[in-house]
Amino acid sequence: MPPKVIPIFAPQAAQTSGCGAKGGSGKSSCGSSAAPSDMSPEVWAKVKDHPCYSEQAHHHFARMHIAVAPACNIQCNYCNRKYDCANESRPGVVSEKLTPEMAAKKVLAVAAEIPQLSVVGIAGPGDALANPQKTFHTFNLIQQAAPDIKLCLSTNGLALPDHVQAIADLNVDHVTITINMLDPEVGERIYPWIFYNHKRWTGRDAAKILTERQMLGLEMLTAKGILVKVNSVMIPGVNDQHLAEVNKAVKSRGAFLHNIMPLISDPAHGTHYGLTGQRGPTPQELKVLQDSCEGGMNLMRHCRQCRADAVGLLGEDRGAEFTTDKIAAMDVAYDPQPRQAYRAYVERERRDQDTARASELAAMAGQAGEDKVLVAVTTKGGSRINEHFGHAGEFQIYELSGAGAKFVGHRKVEHYCQGGWGEEEILEDVTAVIKDCAAVFVSKIGLCPRKDLAAAGIEVVDAYAHEYIESSLIAWFRQRLEKDQPVAATAA
Amino acid sequence: MPYKIVSEECTNCAACETECPNDAINEKKSMFRIDAALCSECIGYFDEPQCIAVCPIPDCIVIDEKLPRYVA
Repeated sequence: MPPKVIPIFAPQAAQTSGCGAKGGSGKSSCGSSAAPSDMSPEVWAKVKDHPCYSEQAHHHFARMHIAVAPACNIQCNYCNRKYDCANESRPGVVSEKLTPEMAAKKVLAVAAEIPQLSVVGIAGPGDALANPQKTFHTFNLIQQAAPDIKLCLSTNGLALPDHVQAIADLNVDHVTITINMLDPEVGERIYPWIFYNHKRWTGRDAAKILTERQMLGLEMLTAKGILVKVNSVMIPGVNDQHLAEVNKAVKSRGAFLHNIMPLISDPAHGTHYGLTGQRGPTPQELKVLQDSCEGGMNLMRHCRQCRADAVGLLGEDRGAEFTTDKIAAMDVAYDPQPRQAYRAYVERERRDQDTARASELAAMAGQAGEDKVLVAVTTKGGSRINEHFGHAGEFQIYELSGAGAKFVGHRKVEHYCQGGWGEEEILEDVTAVIKDCAAVFVSKIGLCPRKDLAAAGIEVVDAYAHEYIESSLIAWFRQRLEKDQPVAATAA
Repeated sequence: MPYKIVSEECTNCAACETECPNDAINEKKSMFRIDAALCSECIGYFDEPQCIAVCPIPDCIVIDEKLPRYVA
């Protein structure tokens, strides 16, 4: 059966054209694709299949979170542990808790259905390391059941120093720590309390302990060569001015990647911030902060802030296909072959894409000057322009310049195509979301939205349907430069 | 009456279960309860009752102020 996530991949075809076959570019497809110039081959080997650690990988690979860790040892003002809604997508939310045994079975069930699956993470719904027995028991079971799947975990860091050895012993080579502040005065506005050393701590004492534990844990992990991603929640008026300092501190301690995420705040969530009217940042504010932190360290811009039980490619959630009832009724077996075939296929795709990008870049050399332009792309994965405009749940935003095409974020929208009802209103919203983009790249689009977008000054491009995103964008940008058109919108 | 968990408030996160020094807290049919015979209010163990200190929900674990810990 062909996989459902990316229809262009056929496992049978991938199996027959193994090592020695020629890719579309005519290059041999043996070995692994080259590491980007800013990354060592060892690090690239660790991140190339991890959708959360590599922007490049997130086009190809899927992750799943297993909700085996319900307890938490700190309280955050952006989190409400009582809330539990299937329609919500934000960290800390799950529909069902799992036992370690059920979680291991779920991993096998998902792996059998989704060959793109490369990583299983424990991210809550509480804190992975506030439930160490459950977390490590689950990891042990998964490692025995499905040894080709990578393990990772996410933590607030308070208990981290106590568990670094156990993490290393299990070969977990990706750990995410949420670090929102270094300054206790900022911290007391984010964390009402922590539970540490058999005591509830509040105010600046709590923040101070948390920071000390986070920094110690980060140093211990990087000393062992474990890749650390730091997540920070950007809270305007609370830590937005402070996160550049956090960025410096984690960079100097060897963090691999910094992921600055916007606060999600809504009174309906029942969080302290939601109820007190604390707003989240605008996409523009977020981008300015991310841009200012770039340099010397990788910055993650493709985070979808997924639930603690999410399943699938980033931006999609197939969790509903794998509920406890459904898994209990399934007969599952371990078979790494489809995933190996898929990984080999991705290697070939990557090499083709690298070649295509390099040749487009070479053709453009010297023409771009200082011009920069934002464009929007609809995709359902595989680094290709392969989604209908009307079916897109999000746009991926790229910044085009003489340096090439750079992914700078994603923007969620409602599906435009609703079967003819309420579409005008949605189209207005969609147009507003990408109003700073000069063009939108789609695989297909209806006549109506095409006209409306053009009227809003956004060029609709469907000439590159199903082709690679980056090389297509560069080719379009080059032609635009050649036509010597003035650039309609410049990047902020 | 020792400490009592209010079922409607409880999220079943089980944080209290692992912190209890007396193993007095157990889950039965998705409900957590404190065994009155085993609860010592953490007296002799810790400065604070652990279940209350770790519980993420305000007023989820109720106390009786006539208990030894709260009698001045």
